[in-house]
Amino acid sequence: MSAPAPALAAAPAARPALDLQAILKDALLFALVTFGLCVPVVAYRTDLSSTSALDLTPRWGLVAILCGLVFLARLAQRLILASRDARRALTPSPRQATEAVDATPNAAQSVSRFGLPLFLGVALTFPLLAALGTGGLSESRYWIDLGILILTYVMLGWGLNIVVGLAGLLDLGYVAFYAVGAYSYALLSTTFGLSFWICLPLAGLFAALWGMILGFPVLRLRGDYLAIVTLAFGEIIRLVLINWSDFSGGAAGISSIPRITFFGLPFTADEDGFAASLGIPFSPMHRVVFLYYLILVLALITNLVTLRLRRLPIGRAWEALREDEIACRSLGINTTNTKLTAFALGAMFGGFAGSFFAVRQSFVSPESFNFLESAIILAIVVLGGMGSQIGVAIAAVAMVGGPELLRNLDFLKPVFGEHFDPNEYRLLLFGLAMVVMMIWRPRGLISERSPSVVLKERKAISGSLVKEGHG
Amino acid sequence: MSASPRLADPVLSVDHLTMRFGGLVAVNDLSFRVGRGDITGLIGPNGAGKTTVFNCITGFYKPTEGMMTLRHRDGAEYLLERLPGFQVNRRARVARTFQNIRLFTGMTVLENLLVAQHNPLMLASGYTLAGLVGLPGFRRAQGAAVEKAVAWLTRINLLHRADDPAGDLPYGDQRRLEIARAMCTDPVLLCLDEPAAGLNPRESAQLNDLLRSIRDDDDTSVLLIEHDMSVVMEISDHVVVLDYGTKIADGTPAEVQSDQSVIAAYLGVEDEEVEAVEAEVGV
Repeated sequence: MSAPAPALAAAPAARPALDLQAILKDALLFALVTFGLCVPVVAYRTDLSSTSALDLTPRWGLVAILCGLVFLARLAQRLILASRDARRALTPSPRQATEAVDATPNAAQSVSRFGLPLFLGVALTFPLLAALGTGGLSESRYWIDLGILILTYVMLGWGLNIVVGLAGLLDLGYVAFYAVGAYSYALLSTTFGLSFWICLPLAGLFAALWGMILGFPVLRLRGDYLAIVTLAFGEIIRLVLINWSDFSGGAAGISSIPRITFFGLPFTADEDGFAASLGIPFSPMHRVVFLYYLILVLALITNLVTLRLRRLPIGRAWEALREDEIACRSLGINTTNTKLTAFALGAMFGGFAGSFFAVRQSFVSPESFNFLESAIILAIVVLGGMGSQIGVAIAAVAMVGGPELLRNLDFLKPVFGEHFDPNEYRLLLFGLAMVVMMIWRPRGLISERSPSVVLKERKAISGSLVKEGHG
Repeated sequence: MSASPRLADPVLSVDHLTMRFGGLVAVNDLSFRVGRGDITGLIGPNGAGKTTVFNCITGFYKPTEGMMTLRHRDGAEYLLERLPGFQVNRRARVARTFQNIRLFTGMTVLENLLVAQHNPLMLASGYTLAGLVGLPGFRRAQGAAVEKAVAWLTRINLLHRADDPAGDLPYGDQRRLEIARAMCTDPVLLCLDEPAAGLNPRESAQLNDLLRSIRDDDDTSVLLIEHDMSVVMEISDHVVVLDYGTKIADGTPAEVQSDQSVIAAYLGVEDEEVEAVEAEVGV
């Protein structure tokens, strides 16, 4: 009867062995392909010689270095993946188990436990931290401006997350609503002299209205068709703003838009200015810090409303719509109205962000609302993980803050030479980051979905079960 | 009169229903009744047009011709062919399930049942405004909705999986959950498209019990498409047989089982008969 025991004991030792030969072969193949690509592109450089003829400068050393780098990178990738697979084969997946397995906290849980308070704390004290870090409020202007920029994109990402992440409607023209909000404030304040605090809700309402106007004819389309039409809508708004000069000032835009006031107190050095009223010395930084906290509050409102809506029937209907539109219809849900509310609400938050943009810049022009903006906002939502609020915030910091970091890499100049400008590599790195994300986390940084209502125990829902929506 | 006496008070009357897709006549001049409190089976060989009939009744197709009248107990009448898709469930209170299960796989079992109660909850949340500020009326409504969902989960033995994603459930449980989800919309008529497909004999027996309890305890009439004859013949009060979009038989299970045209449709006819017919028409 003791015969099976050795077999059982041997079982764990039978872990899949690393197939080194295959991995080496694969890496060599990669190096060979790189070599093939390098020969026509890198191997010879054409220089103008002193006699103004073309000289060929061979650069076989560089080719060898590139091939070697690709070989090593592929080798490392395969080895890491192989050891990960071997590890996974030994630990049962909680999803396949029939009884309870000790599940390690997943990405969403661990991020929200430590990340959330940290994130909020940094966001709330950011101007102070920046001032301390740079040694003075005026010196920290660059950092606070960057913070404002990032928070604007966080807010736009959260607004678009309602449309794309929750309702599953692919909207490539979100920047149109941002433009509607910005021009609403610009026109209302320069024409009628209305203050920002009146224009802010109005801008949101106008954007929501345009969301509905676009929504009615468009929402019977699905998937690719919806994406194309929203893309066209975004372009139409921009072209109208460029060409309708009497209304919008054309390509020159609208300048000298009134600046933000502290609920009526202007940020000026005058007698009735903000600083004089409080009896503190005037500093132009007061306005910047106020703008920072304004966009922080706006973004947090967007977040809180979205989180609240998710728990209400309307939010659940959005997510159901993303999962299966036909089933929704069979359950008596008016799918057109449900999509329309998602579109209008998403547009409204875009409008708020737009009017903030206008008051901050005190200048708007159609150039600010091109397709690239829409693409960046959509990339933030997709990279963050569709539907995940914290994921979108992290993605916004990375997407907007990352390129700014490149400007500060001057210390690399001694390494790469005096002509090295890291900013030129921005799009290259951006593309590289996208490819890495596609391999590492195809469903976004945080792909787990947290249920909107819980009976006994909150369990995160694996991203592989959650659908992305199709229209 | 051997047919079910409940046919005198039909919950649904289908009259002269015709559905054409281009040149193809999927359903041809079909008339039948679904008695209130009956389980009515709709059977027929593959391609007979059963699912097309379902899609017409539940508002997914607009029929080419014909009339479908749904009567509530209080006398209200709805012409289903005139209602927009979602109103068939919302106002006429006809619920359905699908041949290929359509659950919200990325949402939990409980959430699936709450989505089904969307319309009453929307009303209670004051079309979101009252819910957004968290008025007590909405909280009560939400609590009641969860209670109703829990009651249904207890009935289908899935309470222990309430917080699991619906996509993680085994196939048989998904079938039962889809029925519970449809029932959470308080239907007067429940249309089931092959509810026993892919179930093992034990699950199939459980399903029979569930359908009987829906008929007897919930004031809901059931119309089901089914290929599994053990289900249809055992629980149906009334069976309608379709072949090539036309009704070929209509009666109690026993009557239908002995009907010559039904046997011919399912099993085919003898070779001599075919030859006799061919000789008649001169092929």
